[in-house]
Amino acid sequence: MPGVVHVQTTINGEDTNFLCEPRQSLLEVLRDVLGMTGTKEGCNDGNCGACTVIFDGRIVDSCLVLGVEVQGREVTTIEGLATADGLHPIQTAFLENAALQCGICTPGFIVASKGLLDEEPDADEGRVRHWLAGNLCRCTGYDKIVRAVLDAGQKMK
Amino acid sequence: MVANIVLSEVEYTHVGKRPIRPDGVDKVTGRAQYGPDITLRGLLHGKVLRSPYAHARINSIDTSQAESYPGVRAVITAQDLPFASLTKEELGAGYQALKFASNHVLAGEKVLYKGHAVAAVAAANLHVAEETAKLIKVEYEELPTVMSVLDAMKDGATLLHDDLFTSSLGETSKTASNVAAHSRFEIGDIQQGFAEADAVVEHEFQTASVHQGYIEPQNGTAFWNADGQLDVWCSTQGAFTVRAALADVLRHPVSKIKVTPMEMGGGFGGKIAIYNEPLAALLSKKSGQPVKLIMSRVEVFEASGPAAGSWMNVKIGATKNGKITACQAEFALDAGGFPGSPAASAAMCAFACYDYPNGLIDSYDVVVNKPKTAAYRAPGSPQAAFAVESVVDELCEKLGIDPIEFRLTNASKEGTRRIEGPVYRRIGLVECLEAARSHDHYQTPVDAQPNGKLRGRGVASGFWFNRGFVSSCNVTVNPDGTVGVVTGSVDLCGTRASIAQQTAEVLGIAYEDIKPSVADTDSIGYTFITGGSRTTFATGLAAINASQDIKQRMVERAAAIWEAPVEDVEYVDGVIQHKSDSELKMTFKELAQRTLTTGGSITAQCNIDPSGEGNSFAFHVVDVEVDPETGKVDVVRYTALQDCGKAVHPSYVEGQLRGRSDAGRRGAGHRMGFERRILL
Repeated sequence: MPGVVHVQTTINGEDTNFLCEPRQSLLEVLRDVLGMTGTKEGCNDGNCGACTVIFDGRIVDSCLVLGVEVQGREVTTIEGLATADGLHPIQTAFLENAALQCGICTPGFIVASKGLLDEEPDADEGRVRHWLAGNLCRCTGYDKIVRAVLDAGQKMK
Repeated sequence: MVANIVLSEVEYTHVGKRPIRPDGVDKVTGRAQYGPDITLRGLLHGKVLRSPYAHARINSIDTSQAESYPGVRAVITAQDLPFASLTKEELGAGYQALKFASNHVLAGEKVLYKGHAVAAVAAANLHVAEETAKLIKVEYEELPTVMSVLDAMKDGATLLHDDLFTSSLGETSKTASNVAAHSRFEIGDIQQGFAEADAVVEHEFQTASVHQGYIEPQNGTAFWNADGQLDVWCSTQGAFTVRAALADVLRHPVSKIKVTPMEMGGGFGGKIAIYNEPLAALLSKKSGQPVKLIMSRVEVFEASGPAAGSWMNVKIGATKNGKITACQAEFALDAGGFPGSPAASAAMCAFACYDYPNGLIDSYDVVVNKPKTAAYRAPGSPQAAFAVESVVDELCEKLGIDPIEFRLTNASKEGTRRIEGPVYRRIGLVECLEAARSHDHYQTPVDAQPNGKLRGRGVASGFWFNRGFVSSCNVTVNPDGTVGVVTGSVDLCGTRASIAQQTAEVLGIAYEDIKPSVADTDSIGYTFITGGSRTTFATGLAAINASQDIKQRMVERAAAIWEAPVEDVEYVDGVIQHKSDSELKMTFKELAQRTLTTGGSITAQCNIDPSGEGNSFAFHVVDVEVDPETGKVDVVRYTALQDCGKAVHPSYVEGQLRGRSDAGRRGAGHRMGFERRILL
């Protein structure tokens, strides 16, 4: 069995330490090592975006990042969006716009949308659609999702 | 895309509104627990070894090296299934069904498709399990493959099963065949019908297998306790059908199996069959620890689903006035490695949008060397619609009749009899066609493009039966005036919201006071799958009926408190009141608060197997643009119309329409490739 590595990082603003094997992806670490199952596994090969997290300000598919790579860096997951004061505006907008059906793609879409709206709250429809091209939904299509993100952008300004 | 036309004459308080779904916060925060999210003390991870060949005999399996690998806790093959130790004599008439079900779980003498499960292992972590699976040595003898229904139906075709005989019109064939079933529907005189036609169009079609493509991979977790109790957690459309299928292949009583349906990340018909659950159960039995199996994306595509590929021949005749005189079709749908394609469903749906005097439809369920096919958003109907609607459009062109006018002339309506027997009650196909005809999209001409690209417009009708079947619902009045609604229907698309709306409507209380949940198989009466567009109808009706009982019991309780005759008390809009004494009045909440000191909790339940579901019709108008240089096709405008009955939560109905249109659009441009073998 390969040796384990100690990794020190920041997840959702909190100092976090974990042990992982060098071959374990960040997705696997989040779900199986840290028990943070809000980040979903869909394809495990970078196609579906269900495992999207924010990594030092950039959105990435956590299945394509190794756990050891987050040493000394910052990661934001779906668990980091809502606070004790309530839901993040993007989360509220997804609820109000019925922008989810089965919900498995939803955390990825919300985290990806945060990555956009943190920088560009005025992003227009074309920009939103282009930005979310890396996230797949099979149930309900993209229209309500795009509307929810545009709605959230207005509220985040 | 959608402009709702509401034909219902009743104004409701909750039904037809768009409240926030009860499970919404869990889903936007990542707290919702899907199948793969479960963890248990001592959990092992499993991995399946799958066939690299589409068709091969298994000469031997050597698991010795895998079993002694450090960290491995259990290794299983088909020999661990009860079927391996049961004789044909013991099983009698149930022999073949159990053989097929068992061989689907783990290959027996042969592998029937690339990706067919051959063995499985459990280890402390997934990586060790993956390493271990590679140490299992399987000796195969490769066999010729049949990959299409046409090849499979040829005389002398390679047989997948030497004991599969064709069940045809009540007879069973004498020789083995890849055709499991042939059925026929017939009305009138087909030859006479074509003789009366002024124009006839006939075409042959083939469609590829299309995978449901849910984002969440198939998964299953099981713990087989020392007392024989088997607990299973999985993503499924039907916990009770999983329990029944497990009881069958494991020869284990249903009373000793509890299935807990987790949140499900998309199914579309593909999450009804069992795949991982029996393997996890056997690995758990052998290791004494809980075991979790999750398919990789490759395994999902190679070993689960897809929707059936097809060969179809459709011939329609009509008079110059556009009246259909005859409809004839043959549908051969591939079942994958084991019988069970929706060929008969395709036959029933094919001409369901038309009223025609003469018809003949043959359908064939055919096995091929592909994974066992599964339902996919109206199984059989999209394949048949593609063929039939293409022929109808060409017939319209030939006759010079507008495609919507032609469809209106021949439209099924109340009283039309479908070829397999049922007579339509109130349906909405004509309304869909009329709405499409007057829609801005249809009124806008298809313009020639200045960039040299070609544009065209296609239209198509679609049909689905909708279903009833068995559902159960338990309703409990909580002491704070809220109401718990427990069903056995897995929520795929917002049914907790719609059932809460239906319950609130009957009880006349706030939607937010309804707490819907989905129970495990020990905690609710038998409930059939969430599928076939049945849940809002059947489970919704169970909730409505149980809520009616709640009202009666609230009236009885108030009467007892007031020492008044029950018939003097009434329930009006969430208020329980005496009919003549206006002093005696309690809101739902006030009475609920008194239940525990006046006789105990008030509950009601309903078990139901309703008939009377309304049939559903769709009509789609699509403009596409083709680049003649490159062949690239773009959809430039898409309008979908659906007769959906009363939309309980219109937002989720719109989501279904759009989601299905997107899936169909992608399926249309898709051919699913199946390799005969992979290079090792």
